[in-house]
Amino acid sequence: MMSSSLATVSYIGATILFILSLGGLSHPESSRRGNLYGMIGMTIAVLATVFGPRVTMAGLPWIIGAMLVGGSVGLYAARKVQMTQMPELVALMHSMVGLAACLVGFANYIDPAATFQLVDGKSIPLTDAEKAIHEIEIYVGILIGAVTFSGSIIAFGKLSGKIGGKPLLLPGRHFMNLLGLLVVIGFGWQFLHAETVSAGMIGLTVMTVIALLFGIHMVMAIGGADMPVVVSMLNSYSGWAAAATGFMLNNDLLIVTGALVGSSGAILSYIMCRAMNRNFISVIAGGFGTAGGTVVKASGDGQPAGEVVAISAVDTAELLRDAKNVIIVPGYGMAVAQAQHTVYEITQLLREKGVNVRFGIHPVAGRMPGHMNVLLAEARVPYDIVMEMDELNADFPNTDVAMVIGANDIVNPAAQEDPSSPIAGMPVLEVWKAKTSIVMKRSMASGYAGVDNPLFYKENNRMLFGDAKKMLDEVLVALKA
Amino acid sequence: MPLLIGVPREIAAGEKRVATVPEVVEKLIKLGFKVAVESGAGDAANFSDDTYRAAGAEIIEGAAKLWAASDIVFKVSVPTTEEVGLLREGGHLIGFIWPAQNPELMQQLAAKKATVLAIDCLPRMLSRAQKMDALTSQAGVAGYRAVIEAANVFGRFFNGQITAAGKVPPAKVFIAGAGVAGLAAIGTAAGLGAIVRANDTRAEVADQVKSLGGEFVKVEYEEEGGGGYAKVMSEGFQQAQRDMYAKQAKEVDIIITTALIPGKPAPKLITAEMVQSMKPGSVIVDMAAERGGNCELTEPGQVVVKHGVTIVGYTDLNSRLARQSSTLYATNLFRLSEELCKTKDGIINVNMDDDAIRGLTVIKDGVVTWPAPAPKLAAAPAKPAAKPAVAPSAHGHGGGGAPASAGKTAAIFGVAALMFLLIGAYAPAAFLGHFTVFVLACFIGYMVVWNVTPALHTPLMSVTNAISSIIAIGALVQIAPPLMLGLDRPDGWIRWLAVAGIALTAVNMFGGFAVTRRMLSMFRK
Repeated sequence: MMSSSLATVSYIGATILFILSLGGLSHPESSRRGNLYGMIGMTIAVLATVFGPRVTMAGLPWIIGAMLVGGSVGLYAARKVQMTQMPELVALMHSMVGLAACLVGFANYIDPAATFQLVDGKSIPLTDAEKAIHEIEIYVGILIGAVTFSGSIIAFGKLSGKIGGKPLLLPGRHFMNLLGLLVVIGFGWQFLHAETVSAGMIGLTVMTVIALLFGIHMVMAIGGADMPVVVSMLNSYSGWAAAATGFMLNNDLLIVTGALVGSSGAILSYIMCRAMNRNFISVIAGGFGTAGGTVVKASGDGQPAGEVVAISAVDTAELLRDAKNVIIVPGYGMAVAQAQHTVYEITQLLREKGVNVRFGIHPVAGRMPGHMNVLLAEARVPYDIVMEMDELNADFPNTDVAMVIGANDIVNPAAQEDPSSPIAGMPVLEVWKAKTSIVMKRSMASGYAGVDNPLFYKENNRMLFGDAKKMLDEVLVALKA
Repeated sequence: MPLLIGVPREIAAGEKRVATVPEVVEKLIKLGFKVAVESGAGDAANFSDDTYRAAGAEIIEGAAKLWAASDIVFKVSVPTTEEVGLLREGGHLIGFIWPAQNPELMQQLAAKKATVLAIDCLPRMLSRAQKMDALTSQAGVAGYRAVIEAANVFGRFFNGQITAAGKVPPAKVFIAGAGVAGLAAIGTAAGLGAIVRANDTRAEVADQVKSLGGEFVKVEYEEEGGGGYAKVMSEGFQQAQRDMYAKQAKEVDIIITTALIPGKPAPKLITAEMVQSMKPGSVIVDMAAERGGNCELTEPGQVVVKHGVTIVGYTDLNSRLARQSSTLYATNLFRLSEELCKTKDGIINVNMDDDAIRGLTVIKDGVVTWPAPAPKLAAAPAKPAAKPAVAPSAHGHGGGGAPASAGKTAAIFGVAALMFLLIGAYAPAAFLGHFTVFVLACFIGYMVVWNVTPALHTPLMSVTNAISSIIAIGALVQIAPPLMLGLDRPDGWIRWLAVAGIALTAVNMFGGFAVTRRMLSMFRK
């Protein structure tokens, strides 16, 4: 058995390792070590707890059993998951943290031992203020956990296509949310003043149900392309849930780790929002462009002038072969079509011919932050030719061919040119400045934002219609010929 | 009621161009207009009446009848007094006008209550207007022709050759002024194989000169040109420029001058002494002859030989390539017609809110509207303002977004201070200890995560997700804590809740780290 101090020191070590783990991700080369730090930190934390003063050996079989079951499921999933399904997997994992936070909260509430404090080996009952704080911590912890759980489940459903991507907008949804909040606060009052555990259970249960419904409602109202924000927001929530649990259990390790994860998710959400030039609140409030999108389109003013010129796969190959500089801009369409491997084969072929091929990644391309980078990495595209938007935007005028694969809003010139556009001000990849841009798309349908894309009508733009994978295969064949 | 566009035969001396060509007639008809062409209008440019008729135009005999029938008249050269007399009261006229040089013409047109669009007044800064820019299209043709004229009277090859009969050195061509005409001349001369040098008062065109195969000759003097047009330069600069020209004159075989300053006589760049210093058989093509010429010895409209140097002073270079010039000019006017008739119903709308149209319109319904105010480039200033917001950073997103305004910052600090005050007043000491840790950890997270490269955002999420399974500790400590005497603990319930919690978090813990590992191993150079 470890002493209490030894356990605390181990926790500090684990905390440092977690911080180093996140720090390691600043560069792909140090990232693998970062992940290793995370694993070591987690191992230390778990072992220090299991062999620490607060767990007796009687629990060991239970712990090992639960760990074995959960661990093997997790490892199996990690091995089997396709890289295109990463957003779903991450969302699903968030839901587990949320659910775990709820379970721990309930267990803690019904545990009478939790109302005692361990001081110098003796149990001392908590004072009234301490007890109230403790109960608020339980209440808030379960609240966040429940919202994270149900929200993540819905996000998982949406990302995996089990639930439609369209935002579900109930009438008076803001009013419903407000009402829910008031009820939660009301029952919180009742919960704090409950005499017995079973009386408190009523408030706690009602709140949990409302929190679950709120999570469902919140994510249902958000559409497909806002998913990067939602996924990172849920990531943040799972961190806050852990931090709240830490407060509840007086455990600093949980608090620190929760805060790390929470702020990480919050920053990601902020970056995603900035990349779409949207307010975080408006994303959470849901329904992109419900007021503006369709109206703007109908006014006729936004209707871009010009002709759409289609191009064949053979001609695309011709253009690529004659180019010196090529920039490829992938979007969600590439992930859907699983075209990343073909993209890489084309890239490899062109690079062998001396063509400078690079990739331009918009921060919100795909369904989660960094989604495109992972897909390209999976296809063995070297990361030093995969650039961020800001690194690349100035180079488009010197680019011969900009190839857009299954992306729309992130290359929409209206964001810069048309102040009345719903996406006005959103940073975009300026592909239209290249000598020729080729847009690979299934049809002329407008993007997620419901905004027509003037790019398609530009003189130097060509459209390659069809499934991205199929068309790219044809381009590859033509290139090899 | 669709409007009728009339195209008269050009009557100015030596003018062989025509304001529209059969190919464009078809496009105008597609826009909804009717088109009438005066019989013989295209003869000088090799477009017969029949080809116009085949394209759908009506052929009208005689200028008077055509002008009377036309709602809109397309012209090339500046209309004469007689032609203005033929213009219908309240009619439309589109063509070269040069309002600054032709004030009387402007008065006559205004008296006719006409609406006049002067293609020479197009605001050239608007990128949208480029397709209508007839000055550019015509200057390009003239520049090409100038080289051809030079080659015609030059006694040697342009390109260097080594033949059985001996070695032929390449011709050296110097081009003064790298505007549209100058650049076209550079390209043409370089294409023929000559060594091409060029100079312009605007040093920034050096790259364009190089891109066309020319060599940029600098004047060794510091001064700024401006406004997209050349302007009169200072005395010191002019001296340096003269020295440079004198040096070039001795070296090169052919000089083509294109220097023009809007509203002023052409600058005299090549003096009589310079001509004298040139090799016998050399050629000067003075494209500015119409405005007095860049060479002192130029005789406008003539080819003269002075000091053994042939000086070509043609003022009708465009008419010497009439078919090409006409086709480009007709296309410019067609693009303008598109802008005027966005509804494609053959009715024009002279929209004075449109910067391009506003600049072109020198007389509207008899009211002189020239000169137009400088176009307001609405979109342009907005862009530099938007750029800093997405300022690139060397690494990750370090530095963050734009700093918040002072008021906003103050408000945030105010709210934070109030919150801390409340917590400090009511919370017990134990809570505060944890709270300190929490706040500090948030800051550490903030600092660390800003450094994460965006390419690794997905691994970041999966690793933070794995780390957040630290919540397992919460479940671990509940499963079998040291017994506390005298407490009635619902062991079964708690244990099952805790076991479920551990199992769930274990999925995350192992799955999260494993999948992160798998992802990261794919990132390679």
